[in-house]
Amino acid sequence: MAEQVIPAWKRWLEGIGEQGAFFSRFVRNIFAGGFEWSEFVRQCYEIGYRSFTLVGITSFIMGLVLILQLRPTMVDFGAESMLPRTLSIALIREIGPVITAIICAGKIASSIGAELGSMKVTEQIDAMEVSGANPIQYLVVTRIIAAAVMVPLLTLLGDVIGLLGGFLAINLTDEVSFFLYFNKCIASIEFYDLFPAFIKTIFFGFAIGFVGCYKGYNSNKGTESVGVAANSAVVMASLWIFVIDAIAVQITNLLYYQ
Amino acid sequence: MEKETAQKYHRESDTMEDEVVIHIKGLKKSFGNKEVLKNINLDVKKGENVVVLGRSGQGKSVTIQCIVGLLKPDEGELTVFGEDVTEMSDDELKQLRIKIGFLFQSGALYDSMTVRENLEFPLTRVLKMKDQAEIDQRIEEVLEGVGLLDAMDKMPSDLSGGMRKRIGLARTIIVKPEIILYDEPTTGLDPITSREISELILTLQKKYKTTSIIITHDLECAKITADRIVVMNEGEYIAEGTLEEMLQSDNELVKSFLRDIS
Ligand SMILES: Nc1ncnc2c1ncn2[C@@H]1O[C@H](COP(=O)(O)OP(=O)(O)OP(=O)(O)O)[C@@H](O)[C@H]1O
Ligand SMILES: [Mg+2]
Repeated sequence: MAEQVIPAWKRWLEGIGEQGAFFSRFVRNIFAGGFEWSEFVRQCYEIGYRSFTLVGITSFIMGLVLILQLRPTMVDFGAESMLPRTLSIALIREIGPVITAIICAGKIASSIGAELGSMKVTEQIDAMEVSGANPIQYLVVTRIIAAAVMVPLLTLLGDVIGLLGGFLAINLTDEVSFFLYFNKCIASIEFYDLFPAFIKTIFFGFAIGFVGCYKGYNSNKGTESVGVAANSAVVMASLWIFVIDAIAVQITNLLYYQ
Repeated sequence: MEKETAQKYHRESDTMEDEVVIHIKGLKKSFGNKEVLKNINLDVKKGENVVVLGRSGQGKSVTIQCIVGLLKPDEGELTVFGEDVTEMSDDELKQLRIKIGFLFQSGALYDSMTVRENLEFPLTRVLKMKDQAEIDQRIEEVLEGVGLLDAMDKMPSDLSGGMRKRIGLARTIIVKPEIILYDEPTTGLDPITSREISELILTLQKKYKTTSIIITHDLECAKITADRIVVMNEGEYIAEGTLEEMLQSDNELVKSFLRDIS
């Protein structure tokens, strides 16, 4: 038993060390000069384009279902008019960011992991390195920053679509004007709902890009390792998202609700 | 008398032609407990083409990957242009790599880029060339050299294996490196193209005085390009010499390798 546990711990610690080293290479290369703008824009487009539909559909259904679930209880309390407010706070503070990030972990982290993993297997990364070019700068920096930019934008989009879903749900039973509904939603959102959530999503995006790149870039040279890289990128990115979420809520509460 | 020849020899070795560019001594490399390189010794002089023959899986590719610092040897000396590769910082390694061309066995084309972008990449990223006209001219020149001018705007996935290999070669030579390490440049090509590529390697050597290590299983290619041949077996170089010397060799393995050449 102990013989199995100790190597597992050692591997885990080594993994942390390797990620630290990879992170410092990433940071050094951000400031190394010669940012790859065109590749960055291409990555932003790819990430946005790949996840947009799924984020939209999921958020819409989430908003719709939340209202349908909340409604009976709220009616019991006679707090029906609070529905838009409850939804917008739940969606913007927690559900929107986490759902979007989890979807992006599945879509983006895996595809970055698979892409860089297959570049590793087919020696493209080695070729780039051997030519004297900088694969970290070209492949890694662009993807991580693109993810850190696009995930927050996708989240904002998801929030709005989720509210639309809620609007539809409310109108299934009551008649509320679009204008009134959104007015209620927006009026109940305050700075400390929006801002910490937004910052949090930047970290989510960063984690997604980072884990995808780390797993892909450091994958082994067998064909099966492409699948392994993609798969473990999703698992690890999802885990990071919940860890960051847990830390973020503590910090937010400390700052705003003391 | 003996002293005199020694002096003469010494003087000769000081001239440019005899400058040792790649020096390998007692090189060892293992993966896990599998000892791939046991004892590699090789000196390559400036402007020389050294052909490495050897059966599959003997560590030929591993050797040249050590030379460019892709793999770190466990033991032994390894210097390029007189500097120790194993001790280099990332920056020094990068400076060295600009002077070395490396043709991967697989071609290793960037498959998200067109052929043109593949060729542009080292020019703009490594040589930091800005002048588009000059870049275009270089691309055309080198594509013409490998006979694939019409593949310029294709994606790598639309090319055949042999074409990919030739584009890989084009991307390697486009920066005009001082040293080129070819990993099986003609494998998978038809005999006519093979010969053209071999002759291109020879032309590069004559025109730019490039120093090359050529790993190949293609004896025709060895015959055309080699100034010197080494035969590798089980992580060691077991024989070394010119083609003529090799043909005289008593070693069974060397004989069986060169049986087809006459
Ligand atoms: N990165 C690596 N990790 C683990 N083992 C490796 C690695 N690279 C090569 N090897 C092993 O080293 C041995 C020699 O490989 P190498 O690619 O140098 O052979 P080769 O002589 O080039 O053969 P071929 O003619 O087939 O290309 C092989 O057994 C291979 O499995
Ligand atoms: Mg090989």
